[in-house]
Amino acid sequence: MADLKVNLAGIESPNPFWLASAPPTNMGSMVERAFDAGWGGAVWKTIGEPIVNVCSRLASVDYGPVRMMGLNNIELISDRPTEVNIEEMRQVKRKYPKHSVIASLMVESKKEAWEEISKRVEDAGVDGIELNFGCPHGMSERGMGSAMGQVPDYTCMVTEWVKGATKLPVIVKLTPNITSINYPARAAVRGGADALSLINTINSVMGVDIDTMIPYPNVNGKAAHGGYCGPAVKPIALNMVSELARDPEVGIPISGIGGIGTWRDAVEFLLLGATNVQVCTAVMHYGYRIVEDMIDGLSNYLDEKGFASVQDIIGLSSNRVTDWGNLDLKYKTVARIDHSKCIQCNLCYVACEDGAHQCIHFTQIGTKKFPFVDEDECVGCNLCNLVCPAPGCITMTRVDDGQQSMTWREYSAK
Amino acid sequence: MTTEVSKTLIPVEEIERNFREIEPALSDTEARLEAQRCLYCYDAPCTQACPTHIDVPAFIKKIASGNVMGSARVIFNANPIGASCARVCPVEALCVGACVENTLMHQPIMIGRLQRYATDHAMREGAPQLFKPNPHNGKSVGIIGSGPAGLSCAAFLARLGYQITIYEQKEKAGGLDTYGMAEYKMAQIDSLTEVSWIERMGVEIKCNTKVGTDVTLEELETRHEAIFLAVGLGATSRLHIPGEDLPGVYEALDFIDQVKTRQWENVPIATSVAVIGAGNTSVDAVTQAKRLGAEHVIMVYRRSQKEMPAYHYEYELAKSDAVEFQWQTAPVAIIPNADNSGIAALRCVRTQLAPAAGKSKRAEYQPVPGSEFEIPVQMVIKALGQQKRVSFLETIPGINLDPAGRVKVTPESMQTSNPKYFAGGDCVNGGREAVDAAQHGKIAARGIHFVMTGERIQLAGLDDFKFPIPLTGF
Ligand SMILES: Cc1cc2nc3c(=O)[nH]c(=O)nc-3n(C[C@H](O)[C@H](O)[C@H](O)COP(=O)(O)OP(=O)(O)OC[C@H]3O[C@@H](n4cnc5c(N)ncnc54)[C@H](O)[C@@H]3O)c2cc1C
Ligand SMILES: Cc1cc2nc3c(=O)[nH]c(=O)nc-3n(C[C@H](O)[C@H](O)[C@H](O)COP(=O)(O)O)c2cc1C
Ligand code: SF4
Repeated sequence: MADLKVNLAGIESPNPFWLASAPPTNMGSMVERAFDAGWGGAVWKTIGEPIVNVCSRLASVDYGPVRMMGLNNIELISDRPTEVNIEEMRQVKRKYPKHSVIASLMVESKKEAWEEISKRVEDAGVDGIELNFGCPHGMSERGMGSAMGQVPDYTCMVTEWVKGATKLPVIVKLTPNITSINYPARAAVRGGADALSLINTINSVMGVDIDTMIPYPNVNGKAAHGGYCGPAVKPIALNMVSELARDPEVGIPISGIGGIGTWRDAVEFLLLGATNVQVCTAVMHYGYRIVEDMIDGLSNYLDEKGFASVQDIIGLSSNRVTDWGNLDLKYKTVARIDHSKCIQCNLCYVACEDGAHQCIHFTQIGTKKFPFVDEDECVGCNLCNLVCPAPGCITMTRVDDGQQSMTWREYSAK
Repeated sequence: MTTEVSKTLIPVEEIERNFREIEPALSDTEARLEAQRCLYCYDAPCTQACPTHIDVPAFIKKIASGNVMGSARVIFNANPIGASCARVCPVEALCVGACVENTLMHQPIMIGRLQRYATDHAMREGAPQLFKPNPHNGKSVGIIGSGPAGLSCAAFLARLGYQITIYEQKEKAGGLDTYGMAEYKMAQIDSLTEVSWIERMGVEIKCNTKVGTDVTLEELETRHEAIFLAVGLGATSRLHIPGEDLPGVYEALDFIDQVKTRQWENVPIATSVAVIGAGNTSVDAVTQAKRLGAEHVIMVYRRSQKEMPAYHYEYELAKSDAVEFQWQTAPVAIIPNADNSGIAALRCVRTQLAPAAGKSKRAEYQPVPGSEFEIPVQMVIKALGQQKRVSFLETIPGINLDPAGRVKVTPESMQTSNPKYFAGGDCVNGGREAVDAAQHGKIAARGIHFVMTGERIQLAGLDDFKFPIPLTGF
């Protein structure tokens, strides 16, 4: 069985699966149950300034019969007393020495405040500190959370304060609510961060009840924008993780977060350069128990592929992500339709006709009408393949001879 | 005219077609989409409804996540005969019947077929290393009977490090999984594949070895520290009517046994067949007789349709196979043909509800005077339920049976009144389903392990280990 142990900036965990800072890590008894279920680490629900929460504080979008494709929250940081949280961190760490306990912090923008809380959690014996520069609602109105993360200089400054106050590894949790993820990431590196975690939640309004005309989540007739997470955000998170994994000015380990629900999702983050992953929404949906299949599935995958350790797959797909200008313009594919698998739904036809390049036509075979591709016209865009519900029916087939290649960079340099 | 039909009534290809699996395997796409539909309930009703308490949502979500071998491990971890159960379990009455999607969408998840998808995958790959057995603990357990109860107990004990020998009187192992299940539900080969998987866990199966004849109980007692009785039930009960021993009269089990050889030329069948009884075995007999090409298959039952013991969906299957039914009809004699070489008819009498039905839960029926009539048939199949193996069980000293001939056990451990003997399956519950026998085998494995070592272990799908009364050791 493959070795699942990972080491993120000096923090050892029995497996790469951590709980993200959120309700599932609200208190000691919850974190203990999570560790018993198999989670390798937990980032405690963010502690810091005193807050008051509203209700309701969650809303979601469904996709067809699937509930909670995306979740949105307007919850703030922990509403429990800081000393209680810190005492429980101490107890959990004592009881579970091999598991990772990370304190997530957010206080007002004062050096002393950050120093003081960092020292207190270090004294409690936690394995690391995560700086929450990501929370997009409520806290930001008070100059905290994403208000910090959106200004690279602040990010750098606070990271320096905390690094100066503690010997613990410091993870900076980034907000995706920026135009380029690289700048705040580099700022965190300048400030001395040992690792980055991303993404926190994305600004969003979840919808409007068109009868009452009140947007969700309804707080006595009003709503506020909240943070979006869950399966829907995974592609955004994957992009940001891979951007940073490839950025030579970053060069520190990454904890991947956003829409992870299965071992497959986790493998994707690892392949694109994350050292471990954090999970929130999937646990809020199904409970701590999901980690069992994450561990089992990852371990079977590694065995099947012949990897001795999960660390061996970190970043294996990183260098396969590149700038558009480096893609091969000579690589040509066309769609081919296997009539033995075609169910005559004609979705490929209408997609190509109205959404692409009008190269699918019909032919009568026996009593049935089958779509076929005019390969001279096909531009290989892949749309028909994406809409086709019958597995293996449409394949994008390579038609160039593979002898030549030409990127846009090379082409435009001529 | 002879009733011993030695060649088929319809072309062999048609019979083969008729005996194709009634529920074919799911394709990868079907399995994935169906698995994604599962809500992944917590403390799920389906898991509670499964007698072996397989963690159904967990195995289904593993199919959805693409961890199919892991899915099979969840199944076999709670039920070592999970591949046969996937095919033969009355799921509508168990897990599928409990699925929350019955209420929500009126379309429950196809749990049995998903279970089959996962276990097929594992079996295809040879189920490599699904469980790492403990090192040998130097202790040995003998098991009498290789049906679901015996196989399940063997698999769990082998995983715990015991040396296991199963004694089986028949030529092939698997008990009724191999010899009794309707062939269109599960082909014999699938049962045997599962048996060989359990053998590869280090279980030795001695076939053609009847305990009491080929090997004595005393020999078993010296060889093994404990013995698990998984002998199932015996021959079909008799009708006690004239003509019962004529050629052309078959016990359902013998008939099905023949079907399962798939040597269609040798399987007895006739144009018109009467099947006596209305339980699940009877449905298996009528539907298989139809599939062999009989034109008229008539189910004859003493009580009314309301009291029919077969599951509702089994009855529906019989109806859709165009079986005819004679309710409130009791056989009184089997009439031979002219030269006594076979059968000409089944003579019956109508029955009616007894005026004072008494305290018995089941309605009592009595013959209607003067209502006798004959059903012209050339073959009669008796599907009256099986007898207990009382004469064998009584040879074991100190074993207590209840008045119905079932072995009495302590339910927490399946230990009998003779501390060296444990028992489970049909011989204890009087005849239920394969999955119930599998659960008995698991409980017995834990009980045997506790009695031998004093160790309380957790096995998937068993309640917390609490033995209210101390077990008798030996
Ligand atoms: C016709 C029929 C159809 C059925 N269909 C279904 C179905 O579709 N689904 C379902 O879940 N259940 C079905 N059942 C019920 C199911 O088969 C039984 O509940 C289950 O097989 C019981 O398992 P067991 O291990 O207790 O006994 P068995 O399967 O009967 O196994 C007992 C074994 O012990 C052997 N044995 C007995 N005495 C000795 C001895 N002295 N020495 C050596 N070996 C001995 C026997 O040869 C036999 O192999 C059916 C039963 C019948 C009769
Ligand atoms: C209700 C809720 C509360 C959250 N609270 C915090 C928090 O206190 N601190 C923090 O850093 N992130 C918080 N998050 C963000 C998560 O840690 C995580 O970054 C985000 O949900 C994306 O991961 P996911 O797609 O697995 O949910 C919260 C998320 C939710 C849904
Ligand atoms: S999930 Fe729990 S806390 Fe939230 S609304 Fe429901 S009952 Fe209340």
